[in-house]
Amino acid sequence: MSDIGISTKAMGKSGVTFSPLKVLKGFIPKLDTKAIVKNALISLASILLFVLLWHLGANYLFNIEATAKIEKARTEQGAEAAAQMEACILSGDVSCQPNTLPSPQQVIVAAQNLWADHLSISAKKTAFKAKVATTNADRKAQGLKPIKYTGRPSFIDQILTSIKTVFAGFLLAMFIAIPIGIITGLNENLKTAFNWLIQIFKPVSPVVWLLLVFMIVKTLIRDPELDKSFIIAAISVGLCAMWATLVNTSLGVSSVKTDYMNVAKVLQLSLGKKIFKIIIPSSIPLIFTGLRITVSVAWMVLIAIELLAQSPGLGSFVWEEFQNGANDSNAKIIVAMFVIGIIGFLLDRVMLFVQQSVSFETQ
Amino acid sequence: MTAGSITHPSAASLRDVMLNIKDLTKIYPTPKGDYVVLEDLQLQIMKEEFVSIIGHSGCGKTTLLTMIAGLNNISGGNIFLNEFPIAGPGPDRGVIFQAPSLFPWMTALENVLLGVKQVFPHASKGEQKDICKYYLSKVGLEDAFHKKASELSQGMQQRVGIARAFALRPKILLLDEPFGMLDSLTRAALQDVLLEVWEKEKITAIQITHDVDEAIFLANRIIMMTSGPRAQVGDILNIEFERPRDRKEILNHPDYYHYRKHLIDFLEH
Repeated sequence: MSDIGISTKAMGKSGVTFSPLKVLKGFIPKLDTKAIVKNALISLASILLFVLLWHLGANYLFNIEATAKIEKARTEQGAEAAAQMEACILSGDVSCQPNTLPSPQQVIVAAQNLWADHLSISAKKTAFKAKVATTNADRKAQGLKPIKYTGRPSFIDQILTSIKTVFAGFLLAMFIAIPIGIITGLNENLKTAFNWLIQIFKPVSPVVWLLLVFMIVKTLIRDPELDKSFIIAAISVGLCAMWATLVNTSLGVSSVKTDYMNVAKVLQLSLGKKIFKIIIPSSIPLIFTGLRITVSVAWMVLIAIELLAQSPGLGSFVWEEFQNGANDSNAKIIVAMFVIGIIGFLLDRVMLFVQQSVSFETQ
Repeated sequence: MTAGSITHPSAASLRDVMLNIKDLTKIYPTPKGDYVVLEDLQLQIMKEEFVSIIGHSGCGKTTLLTMIAGLNNISGGNIFLNEFPIAGPGPDRGVIFQAPSLFPWMTALENVLLGVKQVFPHASKGEQKDICKYYLSKVGLEDAFHKKASELSQGMQQRVGIARAFALRPKILLLDEPFGMLDSLTRAALQDVLLEVWEKEKITAIQITHDVDEAIFLANRIIMMTSGPRAQVGDILNIEFERPRDRKEILNHPDYYHYRKHLIDFLEH
């Protein structure tokens, strides 16, 4: 008997059990202290080397930019202006800093600022909510819409919005791609019918998808209350990212082992039983491989799509900072870059664990 | 050799014939023309008989078995099961495949239950489960009902395969080299298990094998097939050992080496 007390049926009818312990085991690797220390040291050394190279590179670029700035002042306004510019740069004055790759220190400062900014905005929000609480209760009683906080979103708010968008897009991709993948995998004729569509639309750039979705959504959704830009971004993300799942599901369904199909034939299983008891469970590992790729792609195209759809989120944060051109804009962009990378990595890890826990192949 | 009332086809009445293969032909079309695997093959299998089919690789043994199972089309001739021509696969012919072919995402019990539900749709859930548990216990898996098939060893998986086939209560059992992928110790253990269950159930069985000793140990009759193409039944050997059989006794029996020599002489020609 299995020693796992609770084993919830995650996949419902298909009978694939999802054991919490197995997932937990994935998070906690076997404790081999020596290997852990060794790997930690190697990682730490490589991180330090990376930061050092970054620091040196940023310094080098800073010097080039600074020299160019001083030379420009010299040629345009004379030696006195050049000396003034040099003094200004050395003093660290915000108004005359060279605009180039920020150094690691600047990025850390920017990250701290963003966090402080988030705290202050949250405080404002809570204060606002407390202030309008009674009014909103009255409005609700009268059947009116409550007053919402309409201030600037903080960096953390934008991260959360991005995750929300990518999640919505991912769900959409799942609900479109898995059924179509199953249908095309089951039927050779439908596969032929869908094939041209898949082959042509798969390589289309996220930007074009966005424009297409925009054309349709703009016409269909006329309610000004709805968050149109969010809907457009989520649908575009879904459409860009669904192809990997579609192709993998189709492949998984069409390549069920002949032995399994023979057993199904001998048992004279009905079509429904054949699909839900055998074909889908046996293609689950490939479906989840597809879903994992879909999540990575969704997160990657999200930034570009948010940027163009003017949907709030990390993408628009990056773009706004770039347009803004404030002193610490570049550093904030680098902070966003790291956040995007880390979240993408975590999403991939989560999908990997899910994938491993539903896989029935002997490890 | 003496003719037993059950083991000898000509002595038996037509009622005792479980499987009747008449003028069976199998042709695979190839770009170079038709490839005739089997031609005008005749074979009768009696009720409660255990028949082994032996022959060289590629002689069409597996083709014959898959045709009986209904998984392979018949090019010519007929196969009658209980005097009715077979049409397509069905649970009245239980198959034990060479690879265990269990569904790895199901437990041992669920694997057997899938078939039992098809064959006994009107039985209650409890009864269905009891049937599965009975056969799983018979093959020595009473402690592994709820183990995932993927967690079982090859030998244990094949035990489930045996339980699954018997639990269908088929008219005939088709075994396609069921122990071919196992090591010799596991193979011997599983032959014992198979024989033990079979002697209780007495389901007509056709087994394909490469293994001369296995054929002698298990079968009432051994069908030797000529090498393909155009394979036919080359020779038939009756094995007169009494049942229930004991491996040691059979190995010490004077007839054993006589049977063995007969088979090997045939195969080496």
